[in-house]
Amino acid sequence: MSLADFEYGDIIHRCFRCGYCKFPVNWMDVNNCPAYARYRMESYSCGGRLWLTRAWLMNEIQWTDHLAHILYSCTACKNCEVKCPLGINVDILNMIRAAKKEMVEQGKIPTAARDFLESIQLHGNPYRIPKSKRGVWMDEAGIERYQGQEYLYHVGCVGAYDTRAREAAKKLGRLLQKCGVSFGALGEAEPCDGNEVNHMGEEGLFEMMVEDNISLLNSLGVKKVITLSPHSYNAIKNDYPRYGGKFRILHYTQLLEKLIEANRLNPTVEMRIKVTYHDPCFLGRWNAEYDAPRSVLKSIPGVSLVEMERNRESSLCCGGGGGNFSMDLLGGSPDSPARRRVHEALATGANILAVACPKCLIILEDAVKVEGLDDKLIVKDIAEIAAESCGIM
Amino acid sequence: MNNLFQALMDIVGEDHISNRQEELFIYSWDLGTTEPHKPDFVVSPRTTKEIQKIMELANREKIPVVPLGGGLSLAGLAVPFKGGILVDLKRMDTIIEVNEQARYALLECGVSQGQLTSYLERNHPHLTHSEPGAPPTATIAGNAAIHGQGDLSQPYGFNSDMINGLEIVLPTGEVCCFGSCSIGAGWFTQHPLPDVGLFLGWTGTTGIITKISLRLFPCKKIRGTALFVVDDEDQVPEIYYKITHTQMCEDIVAFSQTIPPYAGGLHHFTVNLAADSEKELELKQEIIFDDALGKIIQQGYGGYLGFTPGLQHPQISKTSDWRKGGGFEYVGGIMPVSQYPECYRRGKEISERHNIPYTVLGRCIGAAHAMMFSWTYAFNRSDPETIHHAREAMRETDELALELGGTIWKPGIYGQKLVMDRMDPNTLELMKKIKQLLDPNGIMNPGNWEVKS
Ligand SMILES: Cc1cc2nc3c(=O)[nH]c(=O)nc-3n(C[C@H](O)[C@H](O)[C@H](O)COP(=O)(O)OP(=O)(O)OC[C@H]3O[C@@H](n4cnc5c(N)ncnc54)[C@H](O)[C@@H]3O)c2cc1C
Repeated sequence: MSLADFEYGDIIHRCFRCGYCKFPVNWMDVNNCPAYARYRMESYSCGGRLWLTRAWLMNEIQWTDHLAHILYSCTACKNCEVKCPLGINVDILNMIRAAKKEMVEQGKIPTAARDFLESIQLHGNPYRIPKSKRGVWMDEAGIERYQGQEYLYHVGCVGAYDTRAREAAKKLGRLLQKCGVSFGALGEAEPCDGNEVNHMGEEGLFEMMVEDNISLLNSLGVKKVITLSPHSYNAIKNDYPRYGGKFRILHYTQLLEKLIEANRLNPTVEMRIKVTYHDPCFLGRWNAEYDAPRSVLKSIPGVSLVEMERNRESSLCCGGGGGNFSMDLLGGSPDSPARRRVHEALATGANILAVACPKCLIILEDAVKVEGLDDKLIVKDIAEIAAESCGIM
Repeated sequence: MNNLFQALMDIVGEDHISNRQEELFIYSWDLGTTEPHKPDFVVSPRTTKEIQKIMELANREKIPVVPLGGGLSLAGLAVPFKGGILVDLKRMDTIIEVNEQARYALLECGVSQGQLTSYLERNHPHLTHSEPGAPPTATIAGNAAIHGQGDLSQPYGFNSDMINGLEIVLPTGEVCCFGSCSIGAGWFTQHPLPDVGLFLGWTGTTGIITKISLRLFPCKKIRGTALFVVDDEDQVPEIYYKITHTQMCEDIVAFSQTIPPYAGGLHHFTVNLAADSEKELELKQEIIFDDALGKIIQQGYGGYLGFTPGLQHPQISKTSDWRKGGGFEYVGGIMPVSQYPECYRRGKEISERHNIPYTVLGRCIGAAHAMMFSWTYAFNRSDPETIHHAREAMRETDELALELGGTIWKPGIYGQKLVMDRMDPNTLELMKKIKQLLDPNGIMNPGNWEVKS
């Protein structure tokens, strides 16, 4: 493809590479782009990626594995879009995604990305585990199949398959049961929502998945969806409507907030914990939901909530978006964003790092272990904290 | 080359070295109009020790070393014209110490302007530093290496006048300290020991600054910008003079630009004021705008447009992106304040000749001892014709700055040559001797400030 054929060929040169995109809102350091934080070379900054994409499209540089690595290490965390002072900011991630799409079309993507997409196509999940196992978690938790209840509980690939995330998924299920919420889940019939596929530039596969998913949900009469993962929430909320999928969608923290307000959820067990909350990118920057998770935490007795210096719009991504949770292009170094992040959490004096995303849960928990902080900091999903405070163990 | 790669990797670790096309491409480009030149290697060291080893290696192998901070100086000053090792210093980003009482910060060289601003705001709200209008990724050391100026340059002079001490790695690999730190006395003063001037303003051609002690200044509770406007450029020098006489402000900048249209032909002044109380603020406004400038206002030549509390952090201005092309560059002249009118008129002509909306600005340095006058030229990165025009306009402006009795600030190679052509031969000879003494193999940022025999 030439620059002229590139969807954003008329604007990609407008990045000045001033570097605002590297900062959080309060400028406390230049590490708020997770890929740049990990590699600290200009090539891995947002501006670097845009300049390299343009150079590639103009044939000034050739495609290499390294170029693909640089592009796919973008976690789509949206920090760059929030900080870029120029009018092109709204399209930065569209440009990155379009570049990945071009690589997909040329069949030139990192091996880890190819494995991910292949597994989604084969098994409907990135774990290479058969679909038939997708419902195990709900059987363990005694959660009903969806049969026209008020809500469909979409747990997502990580919540369904990962042992640790399953704990959070089950706790949320039990909590909702305790509150008398009418809901069911699809188990082995649940499809992958496709958020990562989209951000990895596999547009064709994403479209197919979305169309299938919409017709499945419509055929089941689903009107309202609750998600465990902000990634699923983002896709269903922001991308599905373009394909005719109109569902009332809530991230589970939003539902918990409503239940607390309506007095249907009454956390009573005194927790006696100091908690800091890590905003997931696809709930925070992507969907501007910063308050619901905090309000849930604040309503739990014995929770003292403290903020990390980088919070809300300025939150540092854990490094798991854009398929990086599975590809792990940002791991393996003390500079990996998750390993930096757990130290920030520790610096608040908190003993619990609360998350509202199964990917963040796992990545940050792994980081705590690698950094040897297990005895100081525990990573928990808000669903787990809320459930425990309601006596669900 | 393979051996060199291995040797560098042994120094900085495999994650922090590259000779791949992607890094060589990115680091070959400046953000302005300079043609790209590729380095052979890019490294990003973390410690002075690593830099020392890099220098020893480079000096032994006679391979160029180009230090890079934020890379925002725009004049091609960190473009590796002769290849070699590009040293990205941004991982050296620890704020080592802030001494509240003695009002200084000891910083590693890669600390950015934004990082320091934010750190002081959060931890030492009574202190501030002289922040340039550059994007916040610009480094403190990079700014000192080119004699930058910031928003406290009116009372305190160039940012490079605000330095208490430096740690330097010489091109031959020795680490030296300058200022009171050199005798183990802390980092609170540069004088009265022998000078550090060998490294400031040399654009990285005499060594790498690895640590820098920067003076901090009182930060008052209220800071903000008063706006004043006149329609006659000939009035501007007098206004600078009158305002500086009051000794009441932190920063005085006069600017004129085609865009937005209401601003064209007018000369706006942003006058930064700071106060600890409303009473102090009112008094300062009164002294400046009633007493010093009252007559001009009464006679209808100028107008006071009010005070806006809160300082804006530097932003890429709309005019810089006027071509919607992601590119601009400017010539900064250090000019006599009296030349503002000519700088403006002649600069406007150059802009018009090259079909670029004019944007000019004069920041007062000291008690109107000089001003940094910038002529900005926007271009479209995807349109070679506009790049050519901006480059030509820059060259004409370099010549203009000298013609009008000023000197060029952070000149690129073209401007450096113009300056050296006019330089006192004995001074030039001394520069050459110093350079030979410090950098016998000519490895540091070659192409820059090269005194020909
Ligand atoms: C929109 C805009 C506005 C600007 N406004 C201002 C302003 O108001 N005031 C101002 O002063 N400048 C301004 N600048 C110019 C410039 O960005 C700043 O001076 C900046 O601080 C330079 O720092 P840097 O880290 O980007 O330097 P770089 O560009 O990385 O380096 C500058 C030079 O110093 C050398 N160097 C860098 N680090 C070291 C080191 N540690 N040791 C030795 N040599 C080194 C480099 O080789 C190069 O020659 C502006 C630029 C832009 C784009």
